[in-house]
Amino acid sequence: MDTATQLLAGTPAQLLPARELMAFTLASHILLVPFGVALPFITLVMHHRGLRRGDATALLLARRWSAVMAVQFAVGVVTGTILSFEFGLLWPGMMGRWGDVFGLGFGVEAWAFFLEAILIAIYLYGWRRLKPWTHFWLGVPLPLTALLGAFGIIAANSWMNTPQGFTLDADGDPVNVDVRQAIFTPIFGPEYWHFTVAMFLTAGYVVAGVYAVGWLRGRRGRYHRLGFTVPFTVAAVLTPLQLFLGDNIARQVFQKQPVKFAATELVWDTDTHVPEYLFGRLQEDGTVKGGLKIPQLDSVLAGFRPDTQVTGLASVPAADRPTATQATIVHWAFDIMATIGSLLIVLALWYAWCWWRRRDLPRSRWFFRCAALAGAASMLCVECGWITTEVGRQPWIVYQNMRVSEAVTPTRAASLWTMFGVVVVVYVLVFGAFLTVLLKMRTRWRLADGGEAAAENPETDTPYGPRHEPAGAGAQPPPAEAGPGHTPGGAG
Amino acid sequence: MTADILSWVLLLAIAAYACGGGVDYGAGFWDLLAGGAERGRRPRWLIDHAMAPVWEVNNVWLVFVLVLMWTGFPAFFQTVFTALWLPLALAAVGMVLRGAGFALRKPARLLAARRVYGATFAVASLLTPFFLGTVIGSVASGRVSPGTTASADAWANATSVTAGLLAVCATAVLGAVFLTADARRFGAHDLVGHFRLRARIAVGALLVVGAVGLVVTADDASYVHHGLTHGWGLLLVLLSVAAGAVTVVLVGGPAPGRARYSAVAAVALAVAAWGVAQRPYLVPTSLTVRQAVGASATLQWMLVVSLVALLLIGPAVTVLYRLDTRGVLEPLTDEDVTG
Ligand code: HDD
Ligand code: HEM
Ligand code: HEM
Repeated sequence: MDTATQLLAGTPAQLLPARELMAFTLASHILLVPFGVALPFITLVMHHRGLRRGDATALLLARRWSAVMAVQFAVGVVTGTILSFEFGLLWPGMMGRWGDVFGLGFGVEAWAFFLEAILIAIYLYGWRRLKPWTHFWLGVPLPLTALLGAFGIIAANSWMNTPQGFTLDADGDPVNVDVRQAIFTPIFGPEYWHFTVAMFLTAGYVVAGVYAVGWLRGRRGRYHRLGFTVPFTVAAVLTPLQLFLGDNIARQVFQKQPVKFAATELVWDTDTHVPEYLFGRLQEDGTVKGGLKIPQLDSVLAGFRPDTQVTGLASVPAADRPTATQATIVHWAFDIMATIGSLLIVLALWYAWCWWRRRDLPRSRWFFRCAALAGAASMLCVECGWITTEVGRQPWIVYQNMRVSEAVTPTRAASLWTMFGVVVVVYVLVFGAFLTVLLKMRTRWRLADGGEAAAENPETDTPYGPRHEPAGAGAQPPPAEAGPGHTPGGAG
Repeated sequence: MTADILSWVLLLAIAAYACGGGVDYGAGFWDLLAGGAERGRRPRWLIDHAMAPVWEVNNVWLVFVLVLMWTGFPAFFQTVFTALWLPLALAAVGMVLRGAGFALRKPARLLAARRVYGATFAVASLLTPFFLGTVIGSVASGRVSPGTTASADAWANATSVTAGLLAVCATAVLGAVFLTADARRFGAHDLVGHFRLRARIAVGALLVVGAVGLVVTADDASYVHHGLTHGWGLLLVLLSVAAGAVTVVLVGGPAPGRARYSAVAAVALAVAAWGVAQRPYLVPTSLTVRQAVGASATLQWMLVVSLVALLLIGPAVTVLYRLDTRGVLEPLTDEDVTG
C-alpha cells in the first residue's frame, strides 16, 4: 500500500489548525497548573511555620502568596473552561465515541475544582477575622482537592495513552464499559506520581526563584531568606525522587507504548544492544544525524541488560507511527526534560551539602543565579514532558483505537485558523495582564517594605489583588472596617 | 432510569450556570450601559467592587454541563458542537475576552486604554450569554439533529435569536438585582435607586421577550411550544412570571437583598420550564434522552461521584455562607500584605 497517499488522504485540512489550537491552549494552561496544585501547599507550610513560631515574617509571606493564588486561580479557570469547549469544538469525534468511557475523570476534576474554589475563597477572605488556627485548618483540605483534580485529569489523559475498560461491538463502538479499568489504566499510576511531583517541584523552584533574584540584588533580610528557603527545600527534596519516577515512567512507556518509546529514543529497527542517542535528528530513512551516541545504553535503561530487545519505529506501518519529524520533536523534548531533571539534582545536592556542613544557605552568587533559573527550567520541563506524551502518541488520539484525523471536527480549516488567531491574541493579553498584576503587587510590596508605601498608590491599579481602600479616591469609599491594631492571622 | 436522572442533573447544572454565571454577565451588561467615563464612574466603581476573582468559579458550572454532556450523552454532545460550531466558538472566545478585559481595565493608566478594555469586558459580557442562548434556542427548535453540519441557519433564526435575547435579559435582571443589594451593602445609597430602576426595566424586558418567544415558537418550535403552554411546563412558566413580579416588588422594599432569591427563582424556573417542555427529547423530535445515553456503568459512577461531591461541597458551601453572613470574611487590604 502506498502509505504516503494514505497519509495524505487521512489528513483533512482542518487537522493542522485544530492541533495547533489544542496544543497552544493546553501549553498555556499547563503553565498555571503547578501553582494551582502546589501553591496552596507551600503557602500552608509557611502559614504553619508562622503560627507555630509566632513568626510575623512567615505570616506576611503566606498572606502575600495567598493573594497571588487568587489571581492565578482565576486565570486558570478561564483557560481551563476554554479547554473543555475545545473538546467539542475540535474533537467532537473523540467525545462522541469515547466520552462515556473516559469522561468520568473530568467529572471528578470539575467537582474537585469547585471544592477548591470554595476553600480558596474561605482561605483568602479568612485572614482578617477568623481565629488563626481555625483559619489554618480550613485551608488544610486545599492541597487535597488539588490532588483530586489532578487525579481526574491524569486519569483522562492516561486513558488516551493506554485505553482499556471496554470491548468493541460489530460497528466498532465501545460497549461493556468497566469503569475501574478505564480509570486505572496501566500508565495512570506512573503518570500521576510523576506529574504530581513535577507540579510541587516546579511551584517550589518558581517561588524560590523570585526571592533568589531579590537575594542577588542585595535584599538579604530574613524575609527573603525565609521566602527562599521554604519553597526551595520542598523542591530540592522532591528532585531526586522525580528522577526515579521519570525513569520509572519511561520504562512503563517502553512496556505499554513501545512505539512511543521508540520515538522518544529514536529507535528505528527492533533490536537488542540498542544505543542511546543524546539529541540528534531522525531521518526519513531511519538513520540518525548528529547527536551523541552511547552504545548499548538504551537497552540497559529499558531492561537493565544490554540484550533487552527494544521495539523500533519500523515495526509498524508508517501510517501508525509518528513521522520522522514528530519523533525528533519527541526525542528532543524528552532529552531536554531528562537533562534539566539531572541538572536540578546537582543544584539540590549543592544546597543539601551547604546545609549539612554549615546549616546555612550557600554563599556563592552562582548558586543563587542557578536557583533563579531553576523555576523557568522546570516550567520548560513541564512543557517538554507533555510534548513527549502527546506528540509521541501520534497519529493516535486514542492510542491504537482512534486516529486524530477521525476525531477532528468537520468545520472548515479557515474558521479554525481564524479562531486560532483570535485565541492567540487574547491569550497574549490575558497572560500579559496576569504578569502585570503580579509585577504591580510586587512593586507595591517592595515599596511598602522600604517604608515608601505612600509614594504613589500603585495599589489602586491592581484589580484582583488585595483591596486598597482609598479615602475618597473619586468614588465613595465603602464603610471602614477592622479597627486599628487588629492584626490578621494571629501574630503580626 | 439512570438516563432520566442524569438528564435532570444536566438541567439542574444548566440552571445553576444560568443563575450563577448570569449574575456575572449581568454586571458586565450594566457596565456596558453605564454611560460615559464621567457619568458611569460610580456604577462602574460598584461593579468592580462587587466582583471578586473567585467569581470566575461560576464557569465551573458550565464546565460541568459540558462534562455531563459528553459523559452522559456523547452523541448529543457531538451533535451540538458540530452543528453549532460558530455560536459556541464565539461564546468561548467571549468568555476569555471578558476575563481579559476585566483584568486589564484597572492596570491600564490611560483613560483611552481603560475604555477599550472596559468595553471589551462589557461587550463580551453581552455576547457570551447571547450566543449560549442561541444554542439553547437551536436545540429547542429541533434544527440540530445527529449528522447536521455547521451552518448559519441552524442558529440564525427567530427562535434561536429570541432565546439569545432572553438569555441576555435574564442576565440583566440578575445583575441589576444583585447590584442593588450590593449598593446597599457598600453603603452607596444613590446607586440603590439607580440599579433598582434597571432591575425593574429588565424584568419588563424579560417578560416582553418571553412573550415574543411564545409567539415565535408556535410554528418554529412547535413541540417545545406545546410543552410550554400545557401541563407542568405551563405551571413552571407561570411560576417564573410570578417570581419575576415578586422581584419587582421586593427590589423596591426595605430589604432589596431578598429580591435576589426571587430573581434567581425566576431564571431557574424558566430553565426548568424549557427542560420539562422538551421531555423526553434532548433534541426535540430527533434524539431522545434514552437514545443518546452513554454507557450505564459510567453514568452510575457519575451519579455516585456527583453525590459524594455534593456531600463534600454542601458543608463547604455552608461554612462559606455562615462565615460570610457573620461578616467574618473580608478581603485582604493593603495593610495586611505590607507588613
Ligand atoms: C519539573 C518537571 C519534570 C522533570 C524534572 C522531569 N519530568 Fe518527566 N514529565 C513531566 C515533568 C518533569 C510532566 C510534564 O509532568 C509529564 C508530562 C506527562 C506527565 O504525566 O508528566 C512528564 C512526562 C514524562 C514522560 C512521558 C510519559 C508518557 O509518555 O506517558 C517520561 C518518559 C518522563 N517524563 C521521564 C522523565 C525522566 C527520565 C526525567 C529525568 C529526570 C524526568 N521525566 C524529569
Ligand atoms: C489532560 C491532559 C491532556 C489532554 C486530555 C490532551 C488532549 C489532547 C488532544 C485531544 C490533542 C489533539 C489530538 C492529538 O494531536 O493527539 C492533543 C494534542 C496535543 N497536546 Fe495534549 N492533552 C493533554 C495535555 C497536554 C499538555 C499539558 C500539553 C502541553 C504542552 C499538550 C500538548 C499537546 C500538543 C503539542 C499536541 C499536538 C500534538 C501534535 O499535533 O503532534 N497536551 N492533546
Ligand atoms: C490539578 C491542577 C489543575 C488545576 C488547578 C487546573 C485548573 C483548571 C480549571 C479551574 C479548569 C476549569 C474547568 C473546571 O473547573 O473543571 C480546568 C479545566 C481543564 N484543565 Fe486544568 N487544571 C489542572 C490540571 C490540568 C492538567 C494537568 C491539564 C492537562 C495537562 C489540564 C487540562 C485541563 C483540561 C483539558 C480542562 C478541561 C477539562 C474539563 O472540562 O474538565 N488541567 N483546569
